[in-house]
Amino acid sequence: MGVGRMSNVAIVLDHMRVVRGGHEIVPDLSLVVPKGSVFGLVGPSGSGKTTVIRAILGLTRVAGGQATVLGHPAGSAVLRPDIGYMPQGEGIYTDLSARANLEFFAAINRVPKGRVDVLLDLLDIASIADRRADTYSGGQRQRVGLAIALLREPPLLVLDEPTVGLDPRLRNHLWSLFRQWAEGGTTLLISTHVMDEATKCDEIAFLSDGRLVALGSPEALQQQTGTDDLEDAVLALSERSEVGHVH
Amino acid sequence: MSIDRTFAVGLRVLRQLRNDPRSIAMILIVPLFLLWILKETFQAYPGVFERLGPMLLGLFPYVVMFLVTSIVMLRERTQGTLDRMMVSPIGRGDIMFGYAFAFLVVAAIQSCFTLAVAVGVFDIPSKGALWQALLLVFAMGISGMALGLTSSAFARTEFQAVQFMPLLILPQIFLAGLMVPVDLLPRSFAWLSRIVPLSYSFRAIGDVMIDGQGWLSADVRWDTLVTLLVPCALLGLGTLTIHRSGTN
Repeated sequence: MGVGRMSNVAIVLDHMRVVRGGHEIVPDLSLVVPKGSVFGLVGPSGSGKTTVIRAILGLTRVAGGQATVLGHPAGSAVLRPDIGYMPQGEGIYTDLSARANLEFFAAINRVPKGRVDVLLDLLDIASIADRRADTYSGGQRQRVGLAIALLREPPLLVLDEPTVGLDPRLRNHLWSLFRQWAEGGTTLLISTHVMDEATKCDEIAFLSDGRLVALGSPEALQQQTGTDDLEDAVLALSERSEVGHVH
Repeated sequence: MSIDRTFAVGLRVLRQLRNDPRSIAMILIVPLFLLWILKETFQAYPGVFERLGPMLLGLFPYVVMFLVTSIVMLRERTQGTLDRMMVSPIGRGDIMFGYAFAFLVVAAIQSCFTLAVAVGVFDIPSKGALWQALLLVFAMGISGMALGLTSSAFARTEFQAVQFMPLLILPQIFLAGLMVPVDLLPRSFAWLSRIVPLSYSFRAIGDVMIDGQGWLSADVRWDTLVTLLVPCALLGLGTLTIHRSGTN
Protein backbone atom coordinates (compact mmCIF):
# COMPACT_ATOMS: atom_id res chain seq x y z
CA MET A 1 0.00 0.00 0.00
CA GLY A 2 2.89 2.33 0.76
CA VAL A 3 0.67 4.96 2.29
CA GLY A 4 1.96 3.97 5.74
CA ARG A 5 5.29 5.57 4.96
CA MET A 6 3.71 8.89 4.11
CA SER A 7 4.99 11.44 6.57
CA ASN A 8 1.58 12.87 7.44
CA VAL A 9 0.04 9.58 8.44
CA ALA A 10 0.43 7.94 11.86
CA ILE A 11 -1.68 4.77 11.61
CA VAL A 12 -3.03 2.91 8.60
CA LEU A 13 -5.36 -0.04 8.99
CA ASP A 14 -5.85 -1.82 5.69
CA HIS A 15 -8.59 -4.48 5.80
CA MET A 16 -7.41 -5.46 9.27
CA ARG A 17 -8.98 -8.58 10.71
CA VAL A 18 -8.61 -9.62 14.36
CA VAL A 19 -9.67 -12.92 15.85
CA ARG A 20 -9.66 -13.61 19.58
CA GLY A 21 -10.51 -16.91 21.19
CA GLY A 22 -11.99 -18.22 17.93
CA HIS A 23 -14.30 -15.23 17.53
CA GLU A 24 -13.90 -12.73 14.77
CA ILE A 25 -13.95 -9.50 16.77
CA VAL A 26 -12.92 -7.21 13.92
CA PRO A 27 -13.81 -8.68 10.49
CA ASP A 28 -12.48 -6.03 8.12
CA LEU A 29 -11.43 -2.58 9.26
CA SER A 30 -9.76 0.13 7.18
CA LEU A 31 -8.95 3.62 8.41
CA VAL A 32 -6.23 6.24 8.42
CA VAL A 33 -5.15 8.28 11.44
CA PRO A 34 -3.39 11.53 10.39
CA LYS A 35 -0.37 12.70 12.36
CA GLY A 36 -0.93 15.43 14.93
CA SER A 37 -4.64 14.77 15.22
CA VAL A 38 -6.96 13.63 17.97
CA PHE A 39 -8.60 10.53 16.57
CA GLY A 40 -11.53 9.03 18.44
CA LEU A 41 -12.43 5.36 18.43
CA VAL A 42 -16.08 5.59 19.44
CA GLY A 43 -18.62 2.92 20.14
CA PRO A 44 -20.59 1.15 22.84
CA SER A 45 -18.77 -1.26 25.12
CA GLY A 46 -18.16 -4.53 23.33
CA SER A 47 -17.86 -2.81 19.97
CA GLY A 48 -14.21 -3.82 19.56
CA LYS A 49 -12.45 -0.57 20.49
CA THR A 50 -10.01 -2.20 22.88
CA THR A 51 -9.33 -5.01 20.42
CA VAL A 52 -8.47 -2.50 17.70
CA ILE A 53 -6.16 -0.70 20.11
CA ARG A 54 -4.46 -3.93 21.19
CA ALA A 55 -3.90 -4.90 17.58
CA ILE A 56 -2.36 -1.50 16.83
CA LEU A 57 -0.03 -1.96 19.81
CA GLY A 58 0.94 -5.48 18.80
CA LEU A 59 -0.61 -6.98 21.95
CA THR A 60 -3.07 -8.95 19.84
CA ARG A 61 -2.14 -10.61 16.57
CA VAL A 62 -3.49 -9.19 13.33
CA ALA A 63 -5.09 -12.19 11.59
CA GLY A 64 -5.55 -10.58 8.19
CA GLY A 65 -4.88 -7.38 6.28
CA GLN A 66 -2.33 -4.90 7.55
CA ALA A 67 -1.86 -2.56 10.47
CA THR A 68 0.90 0.00 9.93
CA VAL A 69 2.00 2.28 12.74
CA LEU A 70 4.44 5.17 12.09
CA GLY A 71 5.57 3.38 8.96
CA HIS A 72 6.18 -0.01 10.58
CA PRO A 73 4.04 -3.12 10.99
CA ALA A 74 2.08 -3.00 14.28
CA GLY A 75 3.99 -4.62 17.11
CA SER A 76 7.47 -4.00 15.66
CA ALA A 77 10.11 -3.66 18.35
CA VAL A 78 11.36 -0.39 16.77
CA LEU A 79 8.00 1.20 17.61
CA ARG A 80 8.23 0.64 21.35
CA PRO A 81 10.05 3.88 22.19
CA ASP A 82 7.54 5.88 20.14
CA ILE A 83 4.24 4.78 21.67
CA GLY A 84 2.78 5.92 24.97
CA TYR A 85 -0.02 3.61 26.08
CA MET A 86 -2.61 3.82 28.79
CA PRO A 87 -4.68 0.64 29.13
CA GLN A 88 -8.29 0.64 30.21
CA GLY A 89 -8.53 0.97 34.00
CA GLU A 90 -5.31 2.93 34.54
CA GLY A 91 -2.76 0.14 34.42
CA ILE A 92 -0.90 1.15 37.55
CA TYR A 93 0.41 -0.65 40.64
CA THR A 94 -2.16 0.31 43.27
CA ASP A 95 0.08 -0.95 46.08
CA LEU A 96 2.76 1.60 45.14
CA SER A 97 2.75 5.38 45.28
CA ALA A 98 2.38 7.51 42.15
CA ARG A 99 6.05 8.38 42.42
CA ALA A 100 7.13 4.73 42.71
CA ASN A 101 4.94 3.85 39.71
CA LEU A 102 6.47 6.60 37.61
CA GLU A 103 10.01 5.85 38.76
CA PHE A 104 9.62 2.22 37.77
CA PHE A 105 8.32 2.96 34.28
CA ALA A 106 10.92 5.71 33.90
CA ALA A 107 13.64 3.16 34.70
CA ILE A 108 12.47 0.54 32.19
CA ASN A 109 12.02 3.26 29.55
CA ARG A 110 15.39 4.77 30.44
CA VAL A 111 13.88 8.19 31.01
CA PRO A 112 15.74 10.54 33.43
CA LYS A 113 14.19 10.62 36.90
CA GLY A 114 13.69 14.40 36.67
CA ARG A 115 10.87 13.77 34.22
CA VAL A 116 8.84 12.16 37.02
CA ASP A 117 8.48 15.46 38.92
CA VAL A 118 7.64 17.33 35.73
CA LEU A 119 4.74 14.95 35.06
CA LEU A 120 3.53 14.92 38.67
CA ASP A 121 3.24 18.71 38.41
CA LEU A 122 1.73 18.70 34.93
CA LEU A 123 -1.10 16.39 36.00
CA ASP A 124 -1.47 18.03 39.39
CA ILE A 125 -0.75 14.93 41.48
CA ALA A 126 2.48 16.10 43.17
CA SER A 127 0.75 16.61 46.53
CA ILE A 128 -0.34 12.96 46.73
CA ALA A 129 2.65 11.45 44.94
CA ASP A 130 4.06 9.67 47.98
CA ARG A 131 0.84 8.00 49.11
CA ARG A 132 -0.14 4.52 47.97
CA ALA A 133 -2.29 4.62 44.85
CA ASP A 134 -5.08 2.59 46.46
CA THR A 135 -5.82 5.64 48.61
CA TYR A 136 -6.43 7.77 45.50
CA SER A 137 -9.73 8.71 43.91
CA GLY A 138 -10.52 7.30 40.48
CA GLY A 139 -9.53 10.56 38.84
CA GLN A 140 -6.20 10.65 40.64
CA ARG A 141 -5.39 7.08 39.61
CA GLN A 142 -6.39 7.92 36.06
CA ARG A 143 -3.92 10.79 36.02
CA VAL A 144 -1.12 8.55 37.30
CA GLY A 145 -1.93 6.16 34.47
CA LEU A 146 -1.79 9.00 31.98
CA ALA A 147 1.50 10.30 33.41
CA ILE A 148 3.13 6.91 32.78
CA ALA A 149 2.07 7.04 29.12
CA LEU A 150 3.65 10.50 28.82
CA LEU A 151 7.06 9.61 30.27
CA ARG A 152 8.86 9.47 26.95
CA GLU A 153 7.02 12.34 25.28
CA PRO A 154 6.07 9.84 22.58
CA PRO A 155 4.93 10.93 19.10
CA LEU A 156 1.94 8.56 19.38
CA LEU A 157 -0.32 8.35 22.42
CA VAL A 158 -2.82 5.50 22.62
CA LEU A 159 -5.32 6.00 25.43
CA ASP A 160 -8.01 3.40 26.09
CA GLU A 161 -10.99 5.14 27.74
CA PRO A 162 -8.79 7.66 29.56
CA THR A 163 -11.63 9.71 31.03
CA VAL A 164 -14.16 7.07 32.02
CA GLY A 165 -15.66 7.78 35.43
CA LEU A 166 -14.11 11.23 35.78
CA ASP A 167 -16.00 14.33 36.84
CA PRO A 168 -16.72 16.83 34.04
CA ARG A 169 -14.24 19.43 35.28
CA LEU A 170 -11.32 17.00 35.22
CA ARG A 171 -12.48 15.57 31.91
CA ASN A 172 -12.43 19.03 30.34
CA HIS A 173 -9.01 19.67 31.79
CA LEU A 174 -7.64 16.46 30.27
CA TRP A 175 -9.22 17.19 26.90
CA SER A 176 -7.59 20.61 26.82
CA LEU A 177 -4.26 18.86 27.49
CA PHE A 178 -4.94 16.39 24.65
CA ARG A 179 -5.69 19.30 22.31
CA GLN A 180 -2.51 21.08 23.40
CA TRP A 181 -0.36 18.01 22.70
CA ALA A 182 -1.97 17.45 19.30
CA GLU A 183 -1.13 21.03 18.38
CA GLY A 184 2.44 20.24 19.39
CA GLY A 185 2.48 17.44 16.82
CA THR A 186 1.54 14.42 18.96
CA THR A 187 -0.95 11.95 17.48
CA LEU A 188 -3.61 10.82 19.92
CA LEU A 189 -5.73 7.74 19.45
CA ILE A 190 -8.42 7.82 22.12
CA SER A 191 -11.25 5.38 22.69
CA THR A 192 -14.45 6.53 24.32
CA HIS A 193 -18.08 5.55 24.58
CA VAL A 194 -19.14 9.10 25.49
CA MET A 195 -20.58 11.03 22.55
CA ASP A 196 -19.83 14.34 24.19
CA GLU A 197 -16.14 13.47 24.00
CA ALA A 198 -16.37 12.26 20.43
CA THR A 199 -17.36 15.77 19.34
CA LYS A 200 -14.02 17.01 20.65
CA CYS A 201 -12.03 14.80 18.27
CA ASP A 202 -10.73 15.91 14.89
CA GLU A 203 -12.01 12.71 13.42
CA ILE A 204 -13.90 9.73 14.73
CA ALA A 205 -14.39 6.13 13.73
CA PHE A 206 -17.65 4.80 15.12
CA LEU A 207 -17.52 1.06 15.70
CA SER A 208 -20.34 -1.38 16.26
CA ASP A 209 -19.70 -5.13 16.51
CA GLY A 210 -16.17 -4.56 15.21
CA ARG A 211 -17.49 -2.90 12.05
CA LEU A 212 -17.07 0.68 10.98
CA VAL A 213 -20.43 2.46 11.09
CA ALA A 214 -19.20 5.99 10.48
CA LEU A 215 -15.90 7.66 9.73
CA GLY A 216 -15.15 11.36 9.46
CA SER A 217 -15.04 14.61 11.38
CA PRO A 218 -17.91 15.09 13.85
CA GLU A 219 -19.15 18.14 11.90
CA ALA A 220 -19.14 16.30 8.60
CA LEU A 221 -21.07 13.39 10.08
CA GLN A 222 -23.72 15.77 11.40
CA GLN A 223 -24.00 17.56 8.06
CA GLN A 224 -24.20 14.35 6.11
CA THR A 225 -27.17 13.15 8.14
CA GLY A 226 -28.79 16.56 8.55
CA THR A 227 -28.78 16.36 12.33
CA ASP A 228 -27.23 18.77 14.78
CA ASP A 229 -26.41 16.09 17.29
CA LEU A 230 -23.59 13.61 16.83
CA GLU A 231 -25.44 10.84 18.60
CA ASP A 232 -28.42 11.21 16.25
CA ALA A 233 -26.04 11.32 13.31
CA VAL A 234 -24.40 8.05 14.29
CA LEU A 235 -27.77 6.44 14.96
CA ALA A 236 -28.98 7.54 11.54
CA LEU A 237 -25.86 6.13 9.92
CA SER A 238 -26.05 2.81 11.73
CA GLU A 239 -29.70 2.46 10.70
CA ARG A 240 -28.76 2.96 7.09
CA SER A 241 -26.27 0.14 7.82
CA GLU A 242 -23.75 1.51 5.46
CA VAL A 243 -20.34 2.93 6.06
CA GLY A 244 -20.30 6.68 5.86
CA HIS A 245 -17.08 8.06 4.47
CA VAL A 246 -16.92 11.82 4.75
CA HIS A 247 -13.88 13.97 4.87
CA MET B 1 18.62 -8.79 28.56
CA SER B 2 19.69 -5.55 30.18
CA ILE B 3 20.86 -5.38 33.77
CA ASP B 4 19.34 -1.99 34.62
CA ARG B 5 15.86 -2.98 33.46
CA THR B 6 16.00 -6.38 35.15
CA PHE B 7 17.08 -4.65 38.34
CA ALA B 8 14.30 -2.06 38.02
CA VAL B 9 11.68 -4.83 37.83
CA GLY B 10 13.17 -6.62 40.85
CA LEU B 11 13.34 -3.45 42.89
CA ARG B 12 9.74 -2.60 42.06
CA VAL B 13 8.49 -6.05 43.12
CA LEU B 14 10.42 -5.72 46.40
CA ARG B 15 8.87 -2.29 46.95
CA GLN B 16 5.42 -3.80 46.43
CA LEU B 17 6.15 -6.50 48.99
CA ARG B 18 7.57 -4.02 51.46
CA ASN B 19 4.29 -2.11 51.23
CA ASP B 20 2.50 -5.27 52.30
CA PRO B 21 3.80 -6.17 55.80
CA ARG B 22 1.02 -8.68 56.34
CA SER B 23 2.22 -10.79 53.42
CA ILE B 24 5.82 -10.60 54.64
CA ALA B 25 4.68 -11.82 58.03
CA MET B 26 2.77 -14.67 56.37
CA ILE B 27 5.78 -15.65 54.29
CA LEU B 28 7.95 -15.84 57.39
CA ILE B 29 5.57 -17.05 60.09
CA VAL B 30 3.24 -19.51 58.35
CA PRO B 31 5.88 -22.19 57.63
CA LEU B 32 6.99 -22.11 61.26
CA PHE B 33 3.43 -22.17 62.55
CA LEU B 34 2.72 -25.29 60.47
CA LEU B 35 5.92 -26.98 61.68
CA TRP B 36 4.95 -26.27 65.27
CA ILE B 37 1.45 -27.74 64.83
CA LEU B 38 2.92 -30.82 63.20
CA LYS B 39 5.44 -31.31 65.97
CA GLU B 40 2.74 -31.14 68.63
CA THR B 41 0.24 -33.37 66.80
CA PHE B 42 2.76 -36.17 66.30
CA GLN B 43 3.82 -36.28 69.96
CA ALA B 44 2.29 -39.75 70.36
CA TYR B 45 4.31 -41.09 67.41
CA PRO B 46 7.97 -40.62 68.15
CA GLY B 47 10.22 -40.37 65.11
CA VAL B 48 7.53 -39.24 62.65
CA PHE B 49 8.10 -35.52 63.03
CA GLU B 50 11.85 -36.12 62.82
CA ARG B 51 11.33 -37.91 59.48
CA LEU B 52 8.81 -35.44 58.02
CA GLY B 53 10.22 -32.20 59.47
CA PRO B 54 13.12 -31.71 57.07
CA MET B 55 10.94 -32.36 54.01
CA LEU B 56 8.28 -29.97 55.24
CA LEU B 57 10.96 -27.40 55.93
CA GLY B 58 11.47 -27.33 52.16
CA LEU B 59 7.84 -27.87 51.21
CA PHE B 60 6.38 -24.85 53.01
CA PRO B 61 8.62 -22.29 51.26
CA TYR B 62 7.81 -24.11 48.01
CA VAL B 63 4.06 -23.67 48.51
CA VAL B 64 4.22 -20.14 49.91
CA MET B 65 6.50 -18.87 47.15
CA PHE B 66 4.31 -20.56 44.53
CA LEU B 67 1.20 -18.78 45.81
CA VAL B 68 2.80 -15.37 46.30
CA THR B 69 4.46 -15.38 42.90
CA SER B 70 1.54 -16.64 40.89
CA ILE B 71 -0.79 -14.06 42.39
CA VAL B 72 1.62 -11.14 42.04
CA MET B 73 2.28 -12.14 38.43
CA LEU B 74 -1.39 -12.64 37.64
CA ARG B 75 -2.21 -9.22 39.07
CA GLU B 76 0.40 -7.84 36.72
CA ARG B 77 -1.55 -9.34 33.84
CA THR B 78 -5.05 -8.37 34.94
CA GLN B 79 -4.30 -4.79 36.00
CA GLY B 80 -2.75 -3.95 32.63
CA THR B 81 0.76 -3.25 33.88
CA LEU B 82 2.16 -6.24 31.99
CA ASP B 83 0.67 -4.81 28.78
CA ARG B 84 2.36 -1.54 29.56
CA MET B 85 5.67 -3.33 29.93
CA MET B 86 5.12 -5.30 26.72
CA VAL B 87 4.58 -2.04 24.81
CA SER B 88 7.72 -0.53 26.37
CA PRO B 89 11.26 -1.41 25.24
CA ILE B 90 11.78 -3.93 28.07
CA GLY B 91 12.45 -7.55 27.06
CA ARG B 92 10.56 -10.62 28.27
CA GLY B 93 13.71 -11.99 29.87
CA ASP B 94 14.16 -8.75 31.81
CA ILE B 95 10.69 -9.13 33.30
CA MET B 96 11.17 -12.79 34.22
CA PHE B 97 14.61 -12.42 35.71
CA GLY B 98 13.61 -9.22 37.47
CA TYR B 99 10.92 -11.24 39.19
CA ALA B 100 13.38 -14.03 39.90
CA PHE B 101 15.80 -11.54 41.44
CA ALA B 102 13.16 -10.10 43.78
CA PHE B 103 11.89 -13.47 44.93
CA LEU B 104 15.44 -14.77 45.28
CA VAL B 105 15.93 -12.12 47.94
CA VAL B 106 12.66 -13.11 49.62
CA ALA B 107 13.47 -16.83 49.43
CA ALA B 108 16.94 -16.22 50.89
CA ILE B 109 15.52 -14.36 53.89
CA GLN B 110 12.76 -16.91 54.32
CA SER B 111 15.02 -19.95 54.14
CA CYS B 112 17.56 -18.54 56.63
CA PHE B 113 14.84 -17.58 59.09
CA THR B 114 12.85 -20.81 58.77
CA LEU B 115 15.88 -23.05 59.04
CA ALA B 116 17.29 -21.19 62.03
CA VAL B 117 14.04 -21.43 64.00
CA ALA B 118 13.34 -25.02 62.90
CA VAL B 119 16.72 -26.30 64.02
CA GLY B 120 17.12 -24.00 67.02
CA VAL B 121 13.61 -24.13 68.49
CA PHE B 122 11.84 -27.17 67.03
CA ASP B 123 14.83 -29.53 67.23
CA ILE B 124 14.52 -30.67 63.63
CA PRO B 125 17.43 -33.05 63.06
CA SER B 126 20.37 -31.42 61.32
CA LYS B 127 23.11 -34.00 61.14
CA GLY B 128 24.57 -32.72 57.89
CA ALA B 129 26.17 -29.38 57.07
CA LEU B 130 23.77 -26.56 57.75
CA TRP B 131 24.77 -24.64 54.63
CA GLN B 132 23.80 -27.60 52.46
CA ALA B 133 20.41 -27.77 54.13
CA LEU B 134 20.07 -24.03 53.62
CA LEU B 135 20.91 -24.34 49.95
CA LEU B 136 18.22 -26.98 49.51
CA VAL B 137 15.53 -25.06 51.38
CA PHE B 138 16.42 -22.00 49.31
CA ALA B 139 16.34 -23.98 46.06
CA MET B 140 12.87 -25.29 46.92
CA GLY B 141 11.64 -21.75 47.54
CA ILE B 142 13.00 -20.81 44.12
CA SER B 143 11.34 -23.86 42.57
CA GLY B 144 7.98 -22.80 43.95
CA MET B 145 8.56 -19.30 42.62
CA ALA B 146 9.45 -20.55 39.14
CA LEU B 147 6.42 -22.83 39.05
CA GLY B 148 4.20 -19.93 40.14
CA LEU B 149 5.59 -17.58 37.50
CA THR B 150 5.10 -20.12 34.73
CA SER B 151 1.69 -21.40 35.74
CA SER B 152 0.26 -17.91 36.17
CA ALA B 153 0.36 -17.61 32.39
CA PHE B 154 -2.38 -20.22 32.22
CA ALA B 155 -4.70 -18.67 34.79
CA ARG B 156 -7.12 -15.87 34.04
CA THR B 157 -8.36 -15.15 37.54
CA GLU B 158 -6.77 -15.29 40.97
CA PHE B 159 -9.18 -18.08 41.81
CA GLN B 160 -7.82 -20.19 38.96
CA ALA B 161 -4.25 -19.35 39.95
CA VAL B 162 -4.83 -20.69 43.45
CA GLN B 163 -6.47 -23.81 41.99
CA PHE B 164 -3.17 -24.67 40.35
CA MET B 165 -1.85 -25.57 43.78
CA PRO B 166 -3.90 -28.76 44.25
CA LEU B 167 -3.21 -29.59 40.62
CA LEU B 168 0.54 -29.03 40.51
CA ILE B 169 1.72 -29.45 44.10
CA LEU B 170 -0.50 -31.96 45.94
CA PRO B 171 0.19 -34.83 43.51
CA GLN B 172 3.89 -34.17 43.92
CA ILE B 173 3.52 -34.41 47.69
CA PHE B 174 1.72 -37.77 47.42
CA LEU B 175 4.27 -39.14 44.97
CA ALA B 176 7.49 -37.72 46.40
CA GLY B 177 7.65 -39.82 49.53
CA LEU B 178 6.12 -37.56 52.11
CA MET B 179 3.08 -39.76 52.82
CA VAL B 180 4.42 -43.15 51.75
CA PRO B 181 8.14 -43.77 51.26
CA VAL B 182 8.93 -44.02 47.55
CA ASP B 183 10.19 -47.64 47.95
CA LEU B 184 6.75 -48.75 49.08
CA LEU B 185 4.82 -47.20 46.19
CA PRO B 186 3.28 -49.53 43.57
CA ARG B 187 5.56 -49.98 40.59
CA SER B 188 3.70 -47.69 38.19
CA PHE B 189 3.65 -44.93 40.76
CA ALA B 190 7.31 -45.35 41.58
CA TRP B 191 7.88 -44.38 37.97
CA LEU B 192 5.74 -41.28 38.33
CA SER B 193 7.66 -40.45 41.45
CA ARG B 194 10.83 -40.21 39.36
CA ILE B 195 9.49 -37.49 37.10
CA VAL B 196 8.23 -35.41 40.00
CA PRO B 197 10.78 -32.72 40.92
CA LEU B 198 9.87 -32.72 44.61
CA SER B 199 11.06 -36.36 44.93
CA TYR B 200 14.63 -35.26 44.34
CA SER B 201 14.35 -32.30 46.69
CA PHE B 202 12.80 -34.36 49.50
CA ARG B 203 15.41 -37.10 49.18
CA ALA B 204 18.28 -34.63 49.15
CA ILE B 205 17.05 -32.72 52.17
CA GLY B 206 16.42 -35.97 54.08
CA ASP B 207 19.86 -37.33 53.19
CA VAL B 208 21.53 -34.16 54.42
CA MET B 209 19.51 -33.35 57.53
CA ILE B 210 18.54 -36.81 58.81
CA ASP B 211 21.35 -39.06 57.58
CA GLY B 212 24.08 -36.43 57.73
CA GLN B 213 25.29 -37.15 54.21
CA GLY B 214 27.19 -34.48 52.39
CA TRP B 215 28.80 -33.55 49.10
CA LEU B 216 30.75 -36.84 49.10
CA SER B 217 27.54 -38.70 48.31
CA ALA B 218 26.84 -38.86 44.59
CA ASP B 219 23.10 -39.15 45.35
CA VAL B 220 23.08 -35.90 47.26
CA ARG B 221 25.02 -34.16 44.49
CA TRP B 222 22.64 -35.42 41.80
CA ASP B 223 19.46 -34.68 43.77
CA THR B 224 20.67 -31.18 44.63
CA LEU B 225 21.53 -30.57 41.00
CA VAL B 226 18.01 -31.56 39.90
CA THR B 227 16.53 -29.34 42.62
CA LEU B 228 18.54 -26.41 41.29
CA LEU B 229 18.04 -27.09 37.57
CA VAL B 230 14.25 -27.49 37.61
CA PRO B 231 13.60 -23.83 38.56
CA CYS B 232 16.10 -22.69 35.91
CA ALA B 233 14.24 -24.67 33.25
CA LEU B 234 10.89 -23.38 34.50
CA LEU B 235 12.13 -19.79 34.36
CA GLY B 236 13.14 -20.33 30.75
CA LEU B 237 9.70 -21.77 30.03
CA GLY B 238 8.09 -18.87 31.89
CA THR B 239 9.90 -16.40 29.64
CA LEU B 240 8.27 -18.09 26.66
CA THR B 241 4.79 -17.97 28.19
CA ILE B 242 4.99 -14.35 29.28
CA HIS B 243 3.61 -12.95 26.02
CA ARG B 244 0.33 -14.73 26.64
CA SER B 245 -1.92 -11.93 27.72
CA GLY B 246 -4.46 -12.48 30.49
CA THR B 247 -7.17 -10.84 28.44
CA ASN B 248 -6.33 -12.60 25.21
